[in-house]
Amino acid sequence: MNKNFARIVGLALALSLPTLAYAETASVAPATETATAESAISHFFLDNGMEVVVIPDHRAPIVTHMVWYKVGGADEAPGKSGIAHFFEHLMFKGTERHPDGELDRVVASLGGSLNATTTSDFTAYYETVPPDALATMMDFEADRMRGLVLTDELVASERQVVLEERNLRIDGNPQAVLGEETAATLFQNHPYRIPVLGWRHEMEQLNRTDALAFYQQYYAPNNAVLVVAGDVDADTVRTLAEASYGKLERGPDLPPRVRPAEPQQNTMRTITLRDPRVSVPSFSRSWVVPSYLSAAPGEAEALDLLAEILGGGNRSRLYQDVVVKTGVAADAGAAYTGATMDPNAFSLYGAPQGDHDLSEVEAAVDAELARLIRDGVTVRELDSAKARFVRSMVFAQDAQSTMANIYGAKLVNGGTIEDITQWPDRIRAVTPEQVQAVAAKYLDPSIAVTSYLLPPANGAQ
Amino acid sequence: MTIPTLFRRPLAALATLGASLMLMLPAQAEVVFQDITSPAGIKAWLVEDYAVPIVTIRFAFEGGTAQDPMGKEGLTALMTMLFDEGAGALDSDAFQIALDDAGAEMGFGASADATYGSMRMLADQRDQAVPLLKQAIDNPRFDSNPIDRMRNQLITSITAAAQDPGTEAQLQWGKALYGDHPYARRSQGTIESLNTITADDLRARHQAIFARARLTVGIVGAISADDAKAMLDTLFADLPAEPSLTPVPDVVPNLGQDLRVDYPLPQASIFMAYPSVPLGDPDYFATMLMTQILGGKSFQSRLTSEVRVKRGLTYSISASMVGFDHSNSLLISTATSADRAPETLKVIQDVVAELAANGPTPEELADAKRYQIGSYPISELSSSSAIANTLVGLQMKDLGIDYITRRSDLIEAVTIDDVKAVAQKLLTVKPTIMQMGPAQGQ
Repeated sequence: MNKNFARIVGLALALSLPTLAYAETASVAPATETATAESAISHFFLDNGMEVVVIPDHRAPIVTHMVWYKVGGADEAPGKSGIAHFFEHLMFKGTERHPDGELDRVVASLGGSLNATTTSDFTAYYETVPPDALATMMDFEADRMRGLVLTDELVASERQVVLEERNLRIDGNPQAVLGEETAATLFQNHPYRIPVLGWRHEMEQLNRTDALAFYQQYYAPNNAVLVVAGDVDADTVRTLAEASYGKLERGPDLPPRVRPAEPQQNTMRTITLRDPRVSVPSFSRSWVVPSYLSAAPGEAEALDLLAEILGGGNRSRLYQDVVVKTGVAADAGAAYTGATMDPNAFSLYGAPQGDHDLSEVEAAVDAELARLIRDGVTVRELDSAKARFVRSMVFAQDAQSTMANIYGAKLVNGGTIEDITQWPDRIRAVTPEQVQAVAAKYLDPSIAVTSYLLPPANGAQ
Repeated sequence: MTIPTLFRRPLAALATLGASLMLMLPAQAEVVFQDITSPAGIKAWLVEDYAVPIVTIRFAFEGGTAQDPMGKEGLTALMTMLFDEGAGALDSDAFQIALDDAGAEMGFGASADATYGSMRMLADQRDQAVPLLKQAIDNPRFDSNPIDRMRNQLITSITAAAQDPGTEAQLQWGKALYGDHPYARRSQGTIESLNTITADDLRARHQAIFARARLTVGIVGAISADDAKAMLDTLFADLPAEPSLTPVPDVVPNLGQDLRVDYPLPQASIFMAYPSVPLGDPDYFATMLMTQILGGKSFQSRLTSEVRVKRGLTYSISASMVGFDHSNSLLISTATSADRAPETLKVIQDVVAELAANGPTPEELADAKRYQIGSYPISELSSSSAIANTLVGLQMKDLGIDYITRRSDLIEAVTIDDVKAVAQKLLTVKPTIMQMGPAQGQ
């Protein structure tokens, strides 16, 4: 069961899961050359400021209805870590019109599914239902945007649930513990250093007053994006949205989402976790680099292609040279967390094979990076990486939920429809020199953060 | 022969909710299954759909990891890792470059009972992609370098998990439920068994499983029925007619055991296995509805309501039917703070006992029926891959192209007494329980 599954986008440092994020490499846009008038995407605003995107897809009688709020873990007040995610859980506790459990019961009786996601940058709620239930879903979502009712008892019980969620996702898993503390080391000032689930001691103190203050501040139509994808048309969505969300009063204008920025980083840092459950050591090396929304033109595209060429799959340099040819590593790769609002991580990682030592893997990964910075990339490998990215956008059109996520995640972070539709052209425009340049500019070994996940010092028990 | 199956839903009976917002919506989409046979006699189900310029094919051969010979555990899993590592005239490097240039994604995998393959391709590069899939199906090379590399990756992953208490728990669980049956073995094998596997073993396994007689195929996307038939012959007509499968015996899980894996974790995990019934059993749909009511994906399910919503004991608890071709069980699983494990176990046992004694309420049964009927098209048709999975799954179980309609009728026919009877029969059996977490008394 994935109820209230927190998709933690803050960092992609986990060693065997290089991208937990909505990685930009999976990002797509509608293939304009194949789009028909019927499948065209509509984008408009309601009078109260709520942004709306409609992505028609008439292949199956299904619709995905999502409401995205422009608030995430990185927007929390100091000392209140975890409130954005905890509040997401509380949004299921019912209103005066629709008491606790009714939304879930109605969606289940339709055979639909529902869930929610909290990341550093946004909170999103969604239901997947038959198209004729869209009006009902809008009625529920509009109602709970302003009408939530919380009691101390409900809040206390749900706090136990999120603490159990933390136990499950982080505290029982050495890799997750290391990932959390790697973020806290990599970011010296930006709130991406704080886990979306929250630090345990702060989660334990979150209460109804905190939750209601957070709700009042952030949950309003002019701080939300509605995304509807599936077997519907834009006119119907507009009519239904005006009759539900459109009735809500606009909230106060929120200040721009400017988070504390990273200072200049000057040092190489190393963190190590030893745990008896670990029997194959591994490492990651990370830097803070610009994201798509914070980069100078072309730099994020170049970083994305750099991650793909260096370590994006079984055709990458790290896999072919360090895993296939020399057999030093069992796994090695690279990951770029480019989809967030603010600069985020670029990471390299690896683990040894057989009797090889972790230091050999590190040396081999460093040598690949140094070679790329020195000699650049070939036109052939750049063209192959570009083709993979461009076709990923065609494949993405196959699932309406994928399309809804791509548009929602871009717009809620302040991006535009053009950021998505023009992405293939911007990818095609990247030169080998640009890829080499971003590698040289950002992946400076003297300021990297290296994380080690190791067996106990005296060998495994 | 073509029997169209329509997934059309009547307007949901939700008049009381948001009735003022209810508008007349345009005609809904539909998905039509076609039953096709190629000139050479290969059968498949097809969904033609030109909205997105891609084609997805998925296929399954009967026979999976449970077929691995004794001492060669991991053979089928290793085989499935090698289909994009060289085929026909192309070695690993040349094959992967050709596949990348063809713009196609190819995948192979195996469950205990079947071996699967799939390809997702751009419609305008189909002629480039299909010959590569054909080579992988007919002529995988099993060169020594890729065999050694993939073997080493499996061995590294086995080593990496060796000190994790979850690994020990998984082994104990399989052994306790299935004894010496192949379902108790680890599908990825052991370091010892992997080290005995040769290229000849892989070729023999490929030869034994990849045959036309126990093949099922689903095709979805921008392709006509005639082109799909031609593709079927290209891909599969050259395979041998009959596979050479090792019979796998049926096995009844050994219930009533109490197992523990002690480890100082922040949470205790609890697993409970009860008996269940196979697809085709007269009690199948009553059991499905009972499981939904007990621990389905809804806050309304009895376990989620009592354990999570009311008491905050867990983030997640579920009950599900675990169906292999030759064994069935009903699994309850959850995780809770170590100090609250006894309380959690007690609550679960009380919920199970209550359902066994009194059955569901009429409202619960009606809700569960609506969910099971409504969710099928939503979860099975959400993408080309999901549809292709459904096409293959229905054929493998021999359910017929009209199954989705019949399934709704079979679910509607279940009575409250039917569910009460299966709850009484299945949930009064003493389950096998495993707890993983800190030793008791710590």
